[in-house]
Amino acid sequence: MSRSHDVKRYPGFGWLTLVFFVWLYLPLMVVVVYSFNANRIAGVWTGFSLDWYASALKNQALMNALKTSVTVALIATAVATSVALMAALAIIRGKNVRFRRLSETVVNLPLLLPEIVLAVASLILFSLVGLQNGLLKLILAHSAFCTPFAFLPIRARLQGMSLDFEEASADLYAGRWTTFRRVTLPLIFPGVFSGAMLAFLISMDDFITSNMLASGGTTTLPVYIFSLIRSGTTPELNAIGTLMILASLILATAALLVARRGTKP
Amino acid sequence: MDRDKAVEVKSVSKHFGTYQALKSVSFDIGENEFFTMLGPSGCGKTTLLRMLAGFESPDQGSILLHGREVTQIPPHKRRVNTVFQSYALFPHMTLEQNVAYGLENLGWERAKIRARTGEMLERVHMSAMATRKPGQLSGGQRQRVALARALAPEPEILLLDEPLSALDLKLRQAMRDELRNLQRDTGITFVFVTHDQEEALDMSDRIAVLGAGEVQQIGTPAQIYEEPVNRFVADFVGETNFLDVEVLDSREGQATIRTPLGTFGVPATGAAQKGRATLSIRPEKINLGDQAAGGITLAARVVNQNYMGGFTHYTLETGGVTLRASRRNASRQGDLVATGADVTIGFLPGSARVLAS
Repeated sequence: MSRSHDVKRYPGFGWLTLVFFVWLYLPLMVVVVYSFNANRIAGVWTGFSLDWYASALKNQALMNALKTSVTVALIATAVATSVALMAALAIIRGKNVRFRRLSETVVNLPLLLPEIVLAVASLILFSLVGLQNGLLKLILAHSAFCTPFAFLPIRARLQGMSLDFEEASADLYAGRWTTFRRVTLPLIFPGVFSGAMLAFLISMDDFITSNMLASGGTTTLPVYIFSLIRSGTTPELNAIGTLMILASLILATAALLVARRGTKP
Repeated sequence: MDRDKAVEVKSVSKHFGTYQALKSVSFDIGENEFFTMLGPSGCGKTTLLRMLAGFESPDQGSILLHGREVTQIPPHKRRVNTVFQSYALFPHMTLEQNVAYGLENLGWERAKIRARTGEMLERVHMSAMATRKPGQLSGGQRQRVALARALAPEPEILLLDEPLSALDLKLRQAMRDELRNLQRDTGITFVFVTHDQEEALDMSDRIAVLGAGEVQQIGTPAQIYEEPVNRFVADFVGETNFLDVEVLDSREGQATIRTPLGTFGVPATGAAQKGRATLSIRPEKINLGDQAAGGITLAARVVNQNYMGGFTHYTLETGGVTLRASRRNASRQGDLVATGADVTIGFLPGSARVLAS
């Protein structure tokens, strides 16, 4: 980069960057710091303590909500990623695919629709069909809205991959399944992993749909946290929040590492 | 069924949308032949190669490999291997794994795969790097591994899609010899695709010149260069001078032609009929000064010259016609002809060629 375009030399660059990061991360810092506060009243620092972590981990309702969230997220991720992978293969690699662009748009449409509409629609559909199982309802709804998130990185990776590799594999006597297993899948794996990661995070994070479909025994973590706030905040929330930030950081780091490994030749 | 024919292409046509890539192309490739498909980009040579591999299928016509109809057979069921222009080495596998891949799919025993993989890497001087991945190799090394991978399963036919185009000049020359040797040693039929006429002339037993989706001419390198059948072939392969001429008389392989440079007799192809035609004469066939002896001689003026080291290219004017000639610099400086000088030029009638216009 030439000197005249070095962004670091623009006036006020340092301050602006600082303000940006403070604005972005100050709320998170507050949550993390006060999760270690001994005082029950948020905003009054009296000393360091791990009590709120202990109380959060002992909270049976919280643990149940976490278990529901993780169960739903894992299954929804598996379903959404599989569907997205198949859709990407069919749309990008299929020969003579009619309505290629239309198919892509249909897969991605849920990204553009307001989630509340999807949530209400799911609720109405499930009651029409007479579906009773709360967990199954959550899994079905989450699988559906997670699919486009899983689809985007897989499609991008597949589009960026030269057809030569698959042709070389076929040329070397591999049938379609062997080519997929030994050549296509390993080469697009970083995209599949990113897609799965996104789907998992979107599912874990979802509130609107989960709240709409929540019934006894199927409260997800975000829905439970919301209910805690309605009955007044407790420092326990800070501890839960900090743990969730930590989990997200670990997942994001893992995703980055896989992506970096994938771009190396 | 003909055992001497490795490949038979029969009336193959192919459209891509409204674009006609191949127009009823037919030819045979012999067993153990080094066969080159030569042509400019868009001439259909790569489409034909991809049909032999099974990546494309013809709209009409059929393809036979060793007498067996394969037109509808998928790539993985053809005993044909390809060296891709991009090499297409699997980036997530080591060189060893790349070479072993085809053998595993053919269901070879583990021990045989190990032996064959080692032997092939040895053959292309890449044994020392067997456990590396393709990303760590230079272009020339990738090229050799791609060759080893394609030859390991002992294919009946090896297809090569412009495999030398990504290499630098010196390496390209060395690889030409190596390819030629590999072909002789293995006895496998090589089908080579290139747009580089020098490569084609250097390596091939026979060349098919393709242009505009059709086979223009098939022959040995010398036939293609010395006896082009039409203007396209004469123009695409090598340099040449074209003169508009009129055929006055044509019989028994001899034609009398009237040219802007005078009237004379030349050997003619069947294509030369009475009327307008084109005369092709290659620059190196036109001799200058003391080298011009015998045949047809003319007075000319040197308009321009380009010194190329081993050769000097001259632009000459004679009788209102501009000709290009090249002269071997057999000794130093002394025999250079100055720009603007008058010079005698000459060529043998047999080295000119009458083509249909």
